[in-house]
Amino acid sequence: MGMPVSVEISDASASRESLEKTFDYFRYVDRVFSTYKKDSEISRINRKELQPSEYSTDMQLIFDLAEESKRLTEGYFDIRTPEGIIDPSGIVKGWAINNAAELLRSLGHQNFYVEAGGDIQTSGKNADGKEWRIGIRNPFNRQQIVKVVYPRGKGIATSGIAVRGSHIYDPHTERPVEVSMASLTVIGPNVYEADRFATAAFAMGENGVNFIEQLEEFEGYQIDGKGTAIMTHGFEQYTYDQGD
Amino acid sequence: MNIPMKKFFASFVFVVVFAGYALSHYLDNSSAAYAVQNAASPAGPSVQIADTGTVAQITSPTPLSPAQPSPAVPASATPMPAAPAPVPQNQGQYVDGTYTGFAANAYYGNVQIQVTVSGGKIADVAFLQYPSDRSTSRYINDQAMPILKSEAIQAQSAQVDGVSGASDTSAAFQQSLASALAQAKS
Repeated sequence: MGMPVSVEISDASASRESLEKTFDYFRYVDRVFSTYKKDSEISRINRKELQPSEYSTDMQLIFDLAEESKRLTEGYFDIRTPEGIIDPSGIVKGWAINNAAELLRSLGHQNFYVEAGGDIQTSGKNADGKEWRIGIRNPFNRQQIVKVVYPRGKGIATSGIAVRGSHIYDPHTERPVEVSMASLTVIGPNVYEADRFATAAFAMGENGVNFIEQLEEFEGYQIDGKGTAIMTHGFEQYTYDQGD
Repeated sequence: MNIPMKKFFASFVFVVVFAGYALSHYLDNSSAAYAVQNAASPAGPSVQIADTGTVAQITSPTPLSPAQPSPAVPASATPMPAAPAPVPQNQGQYVDGTYTGFAANAYYGNVQIQVTVSGGKIADVAFLQYPSDRSTSRYINDQAMPILKSEAIQAQSAQVDGVSGASDTSAAFQQSLASALAQAKS
């Protein structure tokens, strides 16, 4: 995966052991699926060193899930590049976070936050006993957030063209890079679902948010190249803390 | 044996430096201004164009491990989209004109960059081809879509527990940019 992972357990029963188990799981995912690691299973597959019958259980599962995602998104979700390279990171990230959340639940935790590479799954309440509060990053300025949402146990994922840490401007015109769509944030039943549909919908350009709109149980917030955001009809319910 | 504690938090960072990239840093909730640890400029990470002109390097130090995922976001007075960054170094090494990089593959489609050079400096960088030319989804294009609510994005000053943002490496962006700049070199 090759990205920062953050885990917070706000239960009183939080333990270093639970955290280590969770990080161990992410390390495992990285070993298998990281396209940056030469000896990962996915790298070996891309070098044609493995037959499909030799794929590990999780690898086969990811391939199956990718195929289903491709069908559900009319081809917009595709882990195969035109050159034939397979990069499943658009689905592995959400899938892994979702599994990590399940792992934490199986360890008896109900209040936690799991994040990898900007995709987040929360459960229960934060350490202050309040709803987890998540900011949507400004795609034009990583130092800022442009929206605050309360996912209330739903998964949240953001796809976009984020060139890490770089903005290319002429200081005299102060114009940013012009992009088609800058980012699309999706809130879905869990972070696996949110991730795969955010990935697919972002590839649809300006129609991405319309695709999310017609999906039941998904809401989206799409930011275009000029800094205008379009949101699905049910998105605003997540922008305030309902309170108990 | 249980050690009673109200909250336990740690984060583990996988750091990958790949082809000159560095991961972005998390926000530090203890400072009103952002702790951007970049010796080159206080305004934010800068893009440096290497002398060979083939790889755009993002210079940013190793990422901070957040002590707590609650960044303080100051209200911004600047309108969206946001602030400019310093111009790349080695100004004046490019010949004026408009240059198009090759269409580099991002897994969601192709990315092609067009660079406009004016006064020897990069004046504009634009995406030309995005997203992919998938011909499916006639259903999506033909449907009469409801009008969805829109708004201009605005910086929020609220404290949050975490931030969701795109983390795509955009290697394709860098590749196409590099090929455009290679053409622009004087």
